[in-house]
Formats: sequence, C-alpha cells, structure tokens
Amino acid sequence: MKTEKPELPDENAIAINTNDPIIEITKLCKSFGVQQVLKDISLKLFNGENLVVLGKSGSGKSVLIKCIVGLLKSDSGTIKVFHHNVTALTMKELGEVRQEIGFLFQSGALYDSMTVKENLEFPLIRLKANLTKKERDAKIEETLENVGLRDALYKMPSQLSGGMRKRISLARTIIIDPKIILYDEPTTGLDPVTSDEISILINDIQKKYKTSSIIITHDIECARATANRLIMLQNGQIYADGNIENYEKSTDNVIKSFFK
Amino acid sequence: MKIILPVLKAKDIVIHHTINLSERTIEKTEIANNFLTDIADVLLFIARFIKETFSRKFEIREFLYQCFKIGYKSLPLITVTGTIMGYVLTIQSRPVLVNFGAVTMLPGMVAISLIREMGPVITALICAGKIASGMGAELGSMKVTEQIEAMEVSSTHPMRYLVVPRVLAATLMIPLLVLYADALGIIGSWMGANLKGDVTLTLFFSQAFSHVIFIDLIPAIIKTFFFGAVIGLVGTYKGYNAGRGTESVGKAANSAVVLASLLVLIVDMIAVQITDMLVL
Ligand SMILES: Nc1ncnc2c1ncn2[C@@H]1O[C@H](COP(=O)(O)OP(=O)(O)OP(=O)(O)O)[C@@H](O)[C@H]1O
Ligand SMILES: [Mg+2]
Repeated sequence: MKTEKPELPDENAIAINTNDPIIEITKLCKSFGVQQVLKDISLKLFNGENLVVLGKSGSGKSVLIKCIVGLLKSDSGTIKVFHHNVTALTMKELGEVRQEIGFLFQSGALYDSMTVKENLEFPLIRLKANLTKKERDAKIEETLENVGLRDALYKMPSQLSGGMRKRISLARTIIIDPKIILYDEPTTGLDPVTSDEISILINDIQKKYKTSSIIITHDIECARATANRLIMLQNGQIYADGNIENYEKSTDNVIKSFFK
Repeated sequence: MKIILPVLKAKDIVIHHTINLSERTIEKTEIANNFLTDIADVLLFIARFIKETFSRKFEIREFLYQCFKIGYKSLPLITVTGTIMGYVLTIQSRPVLVNFGAVTMLPGMVAISLIREMGPVITALICAGKIASGMGAELGSMKVTEQIEAMEVSSTHPMRYLVVPRVLAATLMIPLLVLYADALGIIGSWMGANLKGDVTLTLFFSQAFSHVIFIDLIPAIIKTFFFGAVIGLVGTYKGYNAGRGTESVGKAANSAVVLASLLVLIVDMIAVQITDMLVL
C-alpha cells in the first residue's frame, strides 16, 4: 500500500481545514412522540475530516445522520450542509445538496428487485446523467473492484452474503463521488480481515477524493483506523469530543467501557 | 358512620365513572384525531401523486414493467375466475328464466349482468386481493429495509419511481383485465348453456350482444378506470406508509386488501347512482 506513494506522514496527506465546517449543526433536537432522542446537539464536521461517532445502541446515531440528509425532520435547531440550511430547503434544493452526499445505510438498503449492477446504476443514471453507458459500466467495474467484489455484477442481493451486501452498499454509496460520506456502521457484521479492508478503503477515499465523512461505528478497531476526531453520544447528548489519544487516556467510566 | 359509608361509596362510584368517562372521551378524541391526520395524509399522498405524474421525469421503463406485471401476470387468474363467473351465473339463472318461460333471454341477461356489474366488480375485487396486497407488501418491505429512504437520498423521489408507475399501470390494466374477464365470462356462460341445450359459440355471442347496448358498456368501462386507480393508490399508500419493523409489512398488505375491496364497492355504488341519474 504505502510503497507506491512517497513517504508522507498522515498529517500531510489529509488536509483538515478547521476554519471551514462543511456540516454545522446547532442545537438540534429530535423526538419521536414522548421519546426525546436528540437533545441540543451541536457539532461541526470540518472539510476533509473523518469524524467517528460512538454511542450505545439506541443513542440516536442513525437518527442524527438521517436528520443531516433530511430523511427525518428535526424538531428544532439548524443543520447547515455546505452552508445551506437543510431544514429550510425545498425538495428540489435538498435534492441538489443530496447529490454531494453519500449515505451508507445501516441495513445496506440494497434494492431487492434489482441486480447488483442495476443497484449501482440507479444513483449513477440519476445523479450523473452526463455519463455515457460505457463510462457508467467502467465506473461500476472500478467501484466493484475497490470493494473487492468484481464477480458479483449480475447477482441479486438475495444471493449475496451479509458482508457482501454491506460492501455492495458501500460501493453504491461511493460510486457518485460524493463530497461528504455518512457511513452508518460500515464494518458491523464483517470478519476482522474485511473490516480492516473497509477501514483502509474509507481512508483511501478520504485521501483520494478529499471527502469529509461521518463514520458511525461500534467497532473500536475501525474507529482507531479511520478517526481524525471522535464524538460520543450518550442519552441524546454529546458526551465527549476529542481525538483518539484523549479517549484512550481518559479515566471516565463511560468512555473506558468503550475502549477496554 | 353508618350513614356516611354508603355516601362515600356512592361518591367513589361517581368519581370512578367520571374518570372512566373522561378517559374514554380522550381515547375517542385521539381516535378522531388520528382519523383526521389519516385523511390529511391520504389527501397529501394523492396531491403528491398528481404532481409527480405530471413531472417531466417519467419512469417509462418501470411503468411498462408494472403493466406487464399487473396485466400479463394476472391473466391466468382472471381467465379462471372470468369463466367460472359466467358459467355459474348461467347455471343459477336458468331455472328462474325457465319458470318465466324466458330461456331465450338467457344469453342477453347473462351478458348484461356480466358487463354491467359482475365482470367489473369481481375482477376488481380479485385484483384488490392480488395487486393491492402485492404492492402493499412490496413497498412495505422496501420501507422497512430503508430502500425507500435510499431512493430518496439518490434524489429520486420514491413517489415518482415507485408510486406513479404502479398506480398508472393499475389504472390502465384493470379495465383491460375487466374486458378480458367479460369475454371469458360469456364463453363460460356458453359452456353453461350448452349443458342443457345446443348453441354454437357464435350464435350465443350474437344472442348475447343483441341485448347489450352502448349505454351498458360505457359507464361500465369508465368505472373500471376508477377501480384501477383505487387499487393502485390504496396498495401503494399502505405500503409507502408502513411502519417500522417486519410485522408492519404484513399489516400493510392486509389493510391494503381490505381497504381496496371496500373502496371498490363504494366506488361501484357511486358509479351506479351516477349512471342511473344520467340515463333516466
Ligand atoms: N422513525 C422512527 N420512529 C420512531 N422512533 C424511532 C425512529 N427512528 C428511531 N427511533 C428511535 O430513536 C432511538 C434511536 O434510534 P437510532 O436508530 O438512532 O439508534 P442508533 O444509535 O443508531 O442505534 P444502533 O447502534 O442500534 O443502530 C431508538 O430508541 C429508536 O427506537
Ligand atoms: Mg443505528
């Protein structure tokens, strides 16, 4: 991996611009009925950064990123993506913002009725309408190669294993070359080897395409490998914010329970 | 003390009843509220459907595929039910007509009841069972597994990709299926008539259609478009608004069938009223 590139320390390879928040959330609240899931969340994702979000199951991590792309309507607060306030956009404008965002669903969300190829074509046809059929096919092949599943092209999702589905959905997420990628548990349910490959892939994408990402994960190995910064959600609030060293040195019980 | 005790008891009972009553009132208002939001939901759904139908990006491939799925794939079922419908109707009506000495009326009477009522309604009810439940289950499972949300983030409004083609295909295919069922019903009727008589199929058809006038056909065909639209809209609405968790897929499919069947009958009633008013 490293041999092809000039030996650069990681800090040089990725340029995080802390003056330029690409996502800026202020005082976000979201509840379902009486259950308040997010309480006053404020956070920034800087340009070029990999932000890992940790938190117990049910702490509202998926809800948080669904609010960012406007799949869920927030109750109050603002969410700015590329300086557009997502909560106040029309459907059409929201569509334009979404073109720049890749979203990996926790469940994969592959279209059951379509082959792998059609699944990957779906966003390409609609979001990159200027590509010719040949360019599309090349892009699909390249992306499948990236996730290590070249032969799956004509398979149906039901014929794939859980890990393969995960990787195909990852392929579908990155195929549109988004500027922001929101990964909802990219390595859950994968074997350690594949998990590592996914972590490396996430880092490669970050460097190659200068993307900014939010990575939701329970997998501490993945967090270690990919995080530039981590935040921890607890009871709908941000419990901690810092880099990996801060967390590993921490004496706080809640944090320690994640990093044992 | 002895006097006070019953009074206290009575007070208790009164309080108990009042609380009970107010609780029930709250429950009722909640149900009413839910009902109103449901209606608002449905109206919004229909409004969005109409808006997306006339949008420039029409998913023609998906539409054709749905036509194939709804129309062609239902043919075996409609063939069987259509034939049986005509056959049974004939066998059942024959003795009555014999009593009145009007057996010659048999083909005409069967044709009229098939074309006016039996064909459209029974076909629509069967399609409500097959198509509306299929749509409810399919869209419901897509909703539960986040596929609908995935479409949305791909900047494809699921309304445009999933709902519009299905509803339009149903609106177009159900009338065709009904015509097909009518034709097979008359063949079935001929088979029934041939058990106790001997007519050729062509003679039977001409006898049947000598009684059918234009006025019978047009309203019957017009209402089938509405049946199709109702079946498509209910199926997709129930699927699209399925809750979370796998059990809501079953619920969506089930309530799609129930509501679609009910609405088909209600639309039929309205259609009959309107034709009645216009013709007389
Ligand atoms: N559409 C919804 N309707 C009602 N409640 C919801 C909805 N989406 C999420 N919730 C609730 O919000 C809470 C947080 O859910 P969320 O999916 O964000 O958890 P999570 O942090 O992603 O957990 P996990 O790690 O298990 O994926 C849960 O209690 C869930 O029941
Ligand atoms: Mg989640």
